[in-house]
Amino acid sequence: MVKKIFAKGYVWIILFLMYLPILTLIAFSFTEAKNIGSWTGFSLNLYRDMFKNEEIVEALVNTILVALSAGIVSTILGTLGAIGIYYSKPKSKKIMNGLSQIPVLNAEIVTAISLTILFVFFGVEFNFLTLLIGHVVLTVPFVVLSVTPKLKQMDPNIYEAALDLGASPKRALWKVIFPEILPGIFSGFMLTITLSLDDYIITAFTRNNSFSTLSTYIYGATAKKGALPPVLRALTTAITLLVFIILLIINFRSKNKKVVNHRGVRQ
Amino acid sequence: MSKIRFSRKTLSIPYFAFLILFVVLPLLLIVYYAITDSDGNISLVNFIRFFQDKNKLGLLAFSVIIGVANTILCLIIGYPIAMILSNKKYNKSAVLALLFIMPMWINFVLRTAATRDLLYWFGINGGEHPYLATMIGMVYNYLPFTIMPLYTTMLKMDKNLIEASYDLGAKPHQTFVKTIIPMTMPGIVSAATMVFMPTMSSFVISDIMGERKISLIGNAIQFNFDQSRWNDGSLIALIMLLIIGVITLLTKNVQKEENVRGGLW
Repeated sequence: MVKKIFAKGYVWIILFLMYLPILTLIAFSFTEAKNIGSWTGFSLNLYRDMFKNEEIVEALVNTILVALSAGIVSTILGTLGAIGIYYSKPKSKKIMNGLSQIPVLNAEIVTAISLTILFVFFGVEFNFLTLLIGHVVLTVPFVVLSVTPKLKQMDPNIYEAALDLGASPKRALWKVIFPEILPGIFSGFMLTITLSLDDYIITAFTRNNSFSTLSTYIYGATAKKGALPPVLRALTTAITLLVFIILLIINFRSKNKKVVNHRGVRQ
Repeated sequence: MSKIRFSRKTLSIPYFAFLILFVVLPLLLIVYYAITDSDGNISLVNFIRFFQDKNKLGLLAFSVIIGVANTILCLIIGYPIAMILSNKKYNKSAVLALLFIMPMWINFVLRTAATRDLLYWFGINGGEHPYLATMIGMVYNYLPFTIMPLYTTMLKMDKNLIEASYDLGAKPHQTFVKTIIPMTMPGIVSAATMVFMPTMSSFVISDIMGERKISLIGNAIQFNFDQSRWNDGSLIALIMLLIIGVITLLTKNVQKEENVRGGLW
């Protein structure tokens, strides 16, 4: 009993400490004080300022734009890559799997710098495309890593069966393999989005300086003024709330899915 | 002209081309700049300059120390948490585990800046205590990355072996050292690599938390490129790459051994 209280206490203390910075910012987002720690009365003005702040709105839109574009490109490229690698000869399989590991294991700063060198070396101007390439390099291996296990779990005979029943290889791929690996594709896509939303280093080195995402905007704001500008406290609340809602939905959905599966098994 | 026959392996061609163009070629350019001087002639001048410069060697050693310190701190704090979370007696749902991972979805720069502002409020000024502030920032950021692999390893762990160890008369600390630690070794190794390498090469956390008073390998790479010293910057990047390569090879062996052992059981 004492052990249980001790264990639970430890977990909750660490959780509390982990969330303390974010919770503090959220608490002080309801006052206009310049710095956290001083309270100048309740106000929702920071929230109004956040929606009026064009830089923040633009950074937010850009961040979502980059994440979605990188998500779509990485998911297509990575899914096709995973299928291709899975059916390649052992030797080329080994080479491509090895290459896939490089961006995963490499330090992000080295990946970022190497891309900067590449673009400058070939005289490419930094624009949305270079930023997109940076984000795809960062995320595409994770799509391959999510899809490959689903390919391994798949019954290899169903593809052959589709061909025997007269489907063309393309049709069999689309109608048989694709539905089987869809969960892997979806989790790869979600992983890509979260990695892209969170990224600062790759973005900072592959973007055009006039294009800012939330990460580069916040970094710039803290570098200039030291403490976070008050309006970012409201933004923290918004982001945390959004993440919390999304996680709740995902958690709820996966619970529902388990129920359906369970019923399916019983039938 | 014959039509190219569709085959499943051809699907990987775009991916392969992408990797060659945007992963392999850029790294080759880093190697090229590391082994040439500023006029483009092949020379070892960058190496000589690096290994004769006590400041740079010190920076390398310091980065390794910070990386090791952060890895140990995260393991000490995170290991018990992963154990408690994976224990059905203490924790019945996966929601609590989700709470530990959730900070990873909140913007990393924002989280780090929030931590700095909070420390500032508590009187720990990054300008005055750069080491302390940086270490706290590192632990804050990498703790979820430590807990996650440990937690998943422990969920898969065969609990009967722990029971068996007790039945055979082992004391709790003996069971922990002889049974639990070896069984969770793959998780420990992947947690350690997920913390150590990003820590020593990070530059955002040391920049924000240490108010630019702390320099790690990542900061040095960024600084050299900022000053257009591509050759020096590339050399440091190459050294970082080599360290990563060596660690990857070493840990691969550890994990393989673990797998073989797991197979024997």
